[in-house]
Amino acid sequence: MADEQVILITGTRKGIGRYLAHYYAEKAFRVVGCSRGEVDYELDNYRHYCLDVSDESRVKNMFSEIRKLYNRLDILINNAGIASMNHVVLTPLETVHKIINTNYVGTFLFCREAAKLMQKRRYGRIVNFTTVATPLKLEGEAIYASSKAAVASLTEILARELAPFGVTVNAVGPTPIETDLIRSVPKEKIKALLDRQAIHRFGEFRDIANVIDFFISPKSDFVTGQNIYLGGI
Amino acid sequence: MKEKDRLVRTIFRAVDEYNRGLSEGGPLEKSLDKVLFGKSGRLDSLGLVNFIVLIEEKIEEEYGMAIVIADEKAMSQKRSPFKTIGRLAEYVSQLLEENKNG
Ligand SMILES: NC(=O)c1ccc[n+]([C@@H]2O[C@H](COP(=O)([O-])OP(=O)(O)OC[C@H]3O[C@@H](n4cnc5c(N)ncnc54)[C@H](OP(=O)(O)O)[C@@H]3O)[C@@H](O)[C@H]2O)c1
Repeated sequence: MADEQVILITGTRKGIGRYLAHYYAEKAFRVVGCSRGEVDYELDNYRHYCLDVSDESRVKNMFSEIRKLYNRLDILINNAGIASMNHVVLTPLETVHKIINTNYVGTFLFCREAAKLMQKRRYGRIVNFTTVATPLKLEGEAIYASSKAAVASLTEILARELAPFGVTVNAVGPTPIETDLIRSVPKEKIKALLDRQAIHRFGEFRDIANVIDFFISPKSDFVTGQNIYLGGI
Repeated sequence: MKEKDRLVRTIFRAVDEYNRGLSEGGPLEKSLDKVLFGKSGRLDSLGLVNFIVLIEEKIEEEYGMAIVIADEKAMSQKRSPFKTIGRLAEYVSQLLEENKNG
């Protein structure tokens, strides 16, 4: 594709999303990002929306602006996500709603709206975020891990539903990466987790970008419905 | 009545665009009661998705409102609002009303 591709990344205020916004802006993509809060950076190719990913009308409005501005969307990265460590017995229902809304409902909503735009050009790449907490069955992360299991299942089925539109849907499942998301997890727990990986180190932002680069390459048009866990899980 | 004409004209613009992008299958007719979807309809499920997206766009251009046509109510109605353009227009006009009031 000769002209600039438009990439939409959710959760760009900090952590992995922030890194990805910079990474793809530097690679001359047109980057659209969103998070509940404002971002403290400015980039030439970057446009920010302040919204909650589970707020249907705000999300719809953002997509219609994207359509008016660029009339295309090539790539969607559903990075926005929240976690909460807690024993099930001590988990408030409100927390469950929040996690499901952000991780699952948000991902669904963005996939749906993106598919509408992508199908116009019969081209699209969607990358969702899962986690190693699911296959590792981490105690204390029941709600977080199961919300991401739902994302994994959504990914597999959307891959089939959207294939006729030329849209691939895949997922990347990071191991612990040092962001705010895992700041409250005790050190020994993290250490034990790294020990269960084939490669015992923290994940880096670049590890994720590498998997995403593969999924979003125009050459990866025969790769869909896959979930790649990092670190050897 | 005028409002209804405006809405139908808007939906017909989606029909035009749908027909322009057509690579296979016959064109959609600008008729209020030709069956769109279902056994004797012109549209297969992909075509329907395509057409609904175009209507959402045209509605937004015309009315400045971003609506979701396939909402919970639409999917659970006994009389499918997707059967004909006439029914679609009826359904969309309800949605627009609700949007204005809420
Ligand atoms: N870090 C890890 O170890 C790890 C491991 C496995 C998977 N992951 C996954 O990687 C993704 C990114 O995680 P991270 O480590 O970068 O987390 P993070 O540092 O906590 O950042 C989360 C980002 O998402 C945004 N966000 C959260 N809730 C949102 C909502 N409802 N609507 C819009 N934006 C929202 C946040 O901005 P606002 O607060 O301004 O909204 C922030 O930019 C998540 O899906 C996470 O599950 C991370």
